[in-house]
Amino acid sequence: MATPVRLAARAAFPATIPILAGFTFLGAAYGIYMTSLGFHPIFPILMSFFIFAGSIEFITANLLLMAFAPFQAFLLAIMVNARHLFYGLSMLDKYHSVGKKKFYLIFGMCDESFSINYTAKPDPSIDKGWFMFFVTLYNHMYWVGGSTLGALLGQYITFNTEGLLFVMTALFVVIFLENWLQEKRHTSALIGLVVSVVSLMVFGANQFVIPTMIGILVILIAFRKPLERREVKPL
Amino acid sequence: MTLTQQIITIAVVVLGTMLTRFLAFWIFPAHKPTPGYVLFLGRLLPPAVLGLLVIYSVKDVEWTSGLYGLPELLGIGVVVALHVWKRNMLLTIAGGTLFYMVLVQFVF
Repeated sequence: MATPVRLAARAAFPATIPILAGFTFLGAAYGIYMTSLGFHPIFPILMSFFIFAGSIEFITANLLLMAFAPFQAFLLAIMVNARHLFYGLSMLDKYHSVGKKKFYLIFGMCDESFSINYTAKPDPSIDKGWFMFFVTLYNHMYWVGGSTLGALLGQYITFNTEGLLFVMTALFVVIFLENWLQEKRHTSALIGLVVSVVSLMVFGANQFVIPTMIGILVILIAFRKPLERREVKPL
Repeated sequence: MTLTQQIITIAVVVLGTMLTRFLAFWIFPAHKPTPGYVLFLGRLLPPAVLGLLVIYSVKDVEWTSGLYGLPELLGIGVVVALHVWKRNMLLTIAGGTLFYMVLVQFVF
């Protein structure tokens, strides 16, 4: 029977296929990494389930091997994941009208769930709330599944996966490009690209995200008046 | 670290991560009118953030030594060309990734 929930479950799957590839691989890498450090397989599996944020999980693996410093771990998690603050601001509208699913949508708002849910335009007959729910759920399952696979079967994986992680870059480039092709003005997209590149050159790979966020905010707020005027009067 | 300390460490990492995801929704709840500048940011931020994600995904590439990011730039070039040509997300992502894998496994 084609209930709205089932229709949404079916419609959401194709949007997440690239994540299936990327997360299975990255999750497996994480599972292998954790077990290679000597952790029981249940660690990567539960951490992927509850944290569900790639880079901080790798960092936490190392924190667990050092002296106990919970406050530092807390601050580190906030700094590494600071970009989620912007996802929240961007999704205020879209996630406000989805009922009880909202908690899970926010819990599972990783880079990939955010970018798909922000840009995807499912057929109008599909319930958007359930669609976003299943995008998030599938991504979560791929990530936990990949970690489990790596944690339990890591030593048997021999297929040459070099370069497979480019699937994530391809995904973000496509989402950026699709948004670019649909928007009338590219001001914000260009600000994002230019500030990120400059910030990466100045601050380096490990510390450029927060300066980039500040830079983007300052520029947008400084040019709010002209930007809003152009919004009202599109080309 | 004892097991308890490890569990606490993981718990505070979960807490910190969730704080970054939930904060905006707590500060600007649905039942209260959201301030104009926040609505403005909600509209204007996403394209910039999508740009940040693109750069974020290639941040660890060797841009200043080795191959100077040539395989990545070629891969991104193929992704853009495929997408503008066919406008099919899955085809673009699969094609771009396979191209990149062949490039780093057999060419460079």
